[in-house]
Amino acid sequence: MIAGLAFYAFSAVLIASAVMVVTSRNPVHSVLYLILAFFNAAALFLIAGAEFLAMILVIVYVGAVAVLFLFVVMMLDIDFARLREGFQRYAPIGAVIGGILFLELVFVLGAWQSSGQAGSLRLNPVPTDVHNTAAIGRVLYTEYVFLFQAAGLILLVAMIGAIVLTHRDRARSRRQDIDVQVARRTQLDMASVPVGASIGELGILRPLPPEEAKPKAVTHGHGHGHDDHGHGGHH
Amino acid sequence: MLEIGLGHYLTVGAILFVLGIFGIFLNRKNIIVILMSVELILLSVNLNLVAFSASLGDLTGQIFAMFILTVAAAEAAIGLAIVVIYFRNRGSIEVEDVSTLKG
Repeated sequence: MIAGLAFYAFSAVLIASAVMVVTSRNPVHSVLYLILAFFNAAALFLIAGAEFLAMILVIVYVGAVAVLFLFVVMMLDIDFARLREGFQRYAPIGAVIGGILFLELVFVLGAWQSSGQAGSLRLNPVPTDVHNTAAIGRVLYTEYVFLFQAAGLILLVAMIGAIVLTHRDRARSRRQDIDVQVARRTQLDMASVPVGASIGELGILRPLPPEEAKPKAVTHGHGHGHDDHGHGGHH
Repeated sequence: MLEIGLGHYLTVGAILFVLGIFGIFLNRKNIIVILMSVELILLSVNLNLVAFSASLGDLTGQIFAMFILTVAAAEAAIGLAIVVIYFRNRGSIEVEDVSTLKG
C-alpha cells in the first residue's frame, strides 16, 4: 500500500523531471532536473529492493556524472539561444517517432508474459539469508570477477582518454631540458690574461652560442694579439 | 492497482526511454542535452533490468545494471571531454558543424 503510493509518486516526479530535462530552455536547469530524475530513479530502485544499486546510482550519477555535466555547461561559454533555433521544427518529427516507439513498446508489453520455467532457470537466485549488498558481493567477486576487472579497465581508459583529450601544455612553461644539460661543453681553456684587460675584451665569457663566440675566443685568447682580419678601426 | 508489479516498472521505463529519444530529436543542436538524453535512456534500461531482477528473484540483472552504470559514467566523461575540446577549437558546439571533421 505505502510502497504502491510511493511508487506512483516517485515515478510521476521522475517522468515530469525527464520531460523538463529535454524541454528546458536553460541547460543548467536541464542538469538540475536530471539530478532530480536520478534521485527519483534511486527511490524506485529502493522500492524494487535493489538498495546497493540505488546508493550507487546516487553516488555515481548525481555525484559524478551530473556534476560533470554541470561543470561543462557552466565552463563553456555557449550561446544557448542559438542552439534552440530548430526546436519547433524538430518537435513534431520527434513526437511522431517517440509515439511510434512507445506504441511498439506497449504492444510488446501487452503481448508478452513470463515463462513458467523462469523460476527454475535463474542464474543467481536471490539468497534469503543475507541483505542485498552482501548478495551482490558474493556473486560479483566470484562469478563475475573478470567482468568486474574489465569494468575497472574501462574506467581507467576513460580517465586516461579524458585527460589526454583535454590536457594542454602551457606555451610559456619552463621545464628541464635534459639533452641540453648533458650535451653542454665542459672543457676549460687556459688563457693568458694581460694586466688590466676586462673579461669582455678577452672573450673568455662562456660561449653560449658556439658559432658566434668561438672565433672571438680564438682570436684573443691564443695570443694572435693583433687584428689581421681587416677590421679597420678596431683598436 | 496499488500492488506494484513488473508491468508498472516496465511502463515507467518505456516512458523514460521514449522521452530520451524525444529529447535527442528535440535538441538536435545542443550536444550536451543530447548526452543528457542518452543518460536518460541508459537509466530506463537500468530500471528495466532492476525490475526484472526483482520480479524474477535473480541477482544477475542488478549486476548487469551495475556494469551499465560503469559504461555510462565512462561514456559521459569521454563525451564531455570531446565537447570541451571541440568547443575550444571551434567556439561553438553545434552538432551540424561536426561534418567538417575530415581527415
